[in-house]
Amino acid sequence: MTDTSAMAGRQRVTRSKRSAAWGAVVGVVVVAALFSLPYLVYANVTGVLVNLFILVSLATMWNLLAGYAGLISVGQQAYIGVGAYAVFVLAGDGISPFLAIPLAALISALVGLPASFLLLRLRREYFAIATWVVAEAFQLIVVRFDSLGGGAGAPLPGMVGLDPALRQAFTYWAALAVAVATLLGTYLLLRSRLGLDLTAMRDNEVGARSVGVRVGQAKRIVFLVAAAGAGAAGAVLVISQLFVQPTAVFTVQWSAYMIFVALIGGLGSIEGPIVGTVIFFFLQQTLADRGAWYLIVLGAVAVLMAMWVPRGLWGLISDRFGIRLFPVGYWLHGMNPPATGPGPKTESPQA
Amino acid sequence: MVWVNAIVQGILLGGLYALFACGLSLMFGVMRVVNLAHGDFAVLAAYLALAIITGLHVPVLWSALVVAPLFGMVGYLVQRFIIQRSLDVSPLTTLLVTFGLSIVIQNGLLEGLSANSQSLPSGSLASASFQVNNQLSIGYESVIVFAVAVVVLVCLQLFLSRARLGREVRAAADDQEAATIVGVNVRHVYGVTAAIAFATVALAGVAFGMYSSFNPAAGPQRLIFAFEAVVIGGVGSLWGTLAGGIILGLAQVLGSQVDASFGVLAGHLVFLMVLALRPSGLIPARLS
Repeated sequence: MTDTSAMAGRQRVTRSKRSAAWGAVVGVVVVAALFSLPYLVYANVTGVLVNLFILVSLATMWNLLAGYAGLISVGQQAYIGVGAYAVFVLAGDGISPFLAIPLAALISALVGLPASFLLLRLRREYFAIATWVVAEAFQLIVVRFDSLGGGAGAPLPGMVGLDPALRQAFTYWAALAVAVATLLGTYLLLRSRLGLDLTAMRDNEVGARSVGVRVGQAKRIVFLVAAAGAGAAGAVLVISQLFVQPTAVFTVQWSAYMIFVALIGGLGSIEGPIVGTVIFFFLQQTLADRGAWYLIVLGAVAVLMAMWVPRGLWGLISDRFGIRLFPVGYWLHGMNPPATGPGPKTESPQA
Repeated sequence: MVWVNAIVQGILLGGLYALFACGLSLMFGVMRVVNLAHGDFAVLAAYLALAIITGLHVPVLWSALVVAPLFGMVGYLVQRFIIQRSLDVSPLTTLLVTFGLSIVIQNGLLEGLSANSQSLPSGSLASASFQVNNQLSIGYESVIVFAVAVVVLVCLQLFLSRARLGREVRAAADDQEAATIVGVNVRHVYGVTAAIAFATVALAGVAFGMYSSFNPAAGPQRLIFAFEAVVIGGVGSLWGTLAGGIILGLAQVLGSQVDASFGVLAGHLVFLMVLALRPSGLIPARLS
């Protein structure tokens, strides 16, 4: 807990509350437990968790775009694909696929840079569909290269000769690392000066611009970070599937997953996508033998949440109990309620 | 002659895209809403038409006469109960909600029917064509679809410029609050706008079902083509939408002349180029 300013009297502003300190402790314990999981359980459990980590990473990145920068993208699968194919190409050159993950993230951001100049000028509806068209175009271009496996796809090189148990454990750790990196990265980003800009933009973009927030620059950074995150997730995806296929990585279904998870969990908070992913997996596992029903149910729930509970489940939880696991805002303690009328609560989160 | 043929086919295909796009353009122009489930509603209409045709043994054109008004009603209800509520939350919410609807419709069709491709039986129309000379023939079907598109656009234009309700639509599009002050029931007008848009979507869905096969996952690509036509032509101009559809159709057909798999990509590249160079569209918007 850090006091950022001590005001006169009993009022003070802190960055976090005790719940956040506990959150940090719990977070470390959870990550440590998850890290040791391959030693304890069978590979089918870690295999499910790999998919969960991929989705947490994707939803966290999408939430950063939509929940903070107000950029609704339906085309993040473009960077999932770039990340996946980057690993494929690098592995073909003899680089270990696991070591290629950070490179794939970097390449995705580099590919995202020229796209950002085209896309970030566009209004929200244009932006949404243009990102989608870019993703479609990427797929149609990739399919034209026989060296990339064409439309049928190709197996990922550099994975043969690795003991399956070891390979599954490495894949699991890689997925965990990417998930922790996206969450921690988002947290640190939001605690920085840029995070303040983004929070201001989330609440009121015109207002933010008028107090000197460089909205364009902030959006570009977020766009590139999100591209890198999606690229890393795509890299993990191709490593876990051992096969790269254009229709599997460039499908708009990925956008559906990210959007539903973020909407159900809650936009504009770091915890939301985690909550949403857990619900997503619960529904998917429950309805596993009912084909596409889990998507229908998820879609319907997400639509209803967007219409009636715009801040999602985590919004409800944090309003009700005042919990913040990732303290990116400020808390105001000890303010006296005004004599009349419903004043601000004695402890109110300010961000 | 191959190229002349391609140009004629491209222009006629553009009519279909314009028919697809005019509903999207109308809703975007009036309510600033892009319905991301636009293409999926078209596919839904095609399936409904198929059920009517096989169930009642009527020709395709009769099924369109049932499906279009029905979808008009669906559109009114979707607008009043779903899109309006999302608009009240925030403009971004409409994108998220209609995207959710799109996924629900796609997977609902997948579960309720099957992933197999279907097409609407158009009987003798499918193969009949004008034989201009021995290298150039023009199918009746595509000419009819083009004609329907032009008639729909003319009717829309006349409705917006002449009818009392059309005037209210324009008023609501220009300034929602001022329209309310002078006694326009804006929510009802938005509902009517969506009803018209959905009726045209249903027509487009049936036309597309005659043109080519469809399956539950066909919607998103149709939405993308429709949006590309709207943007290439320029928002706010119905004739621009026709021009945009034709340019997109030409790009795709000429692209596939170069290389069979290059057609769709060529359309995307033209769209992205227009976005980069002239985001307001190629045809200057004349506010109706």
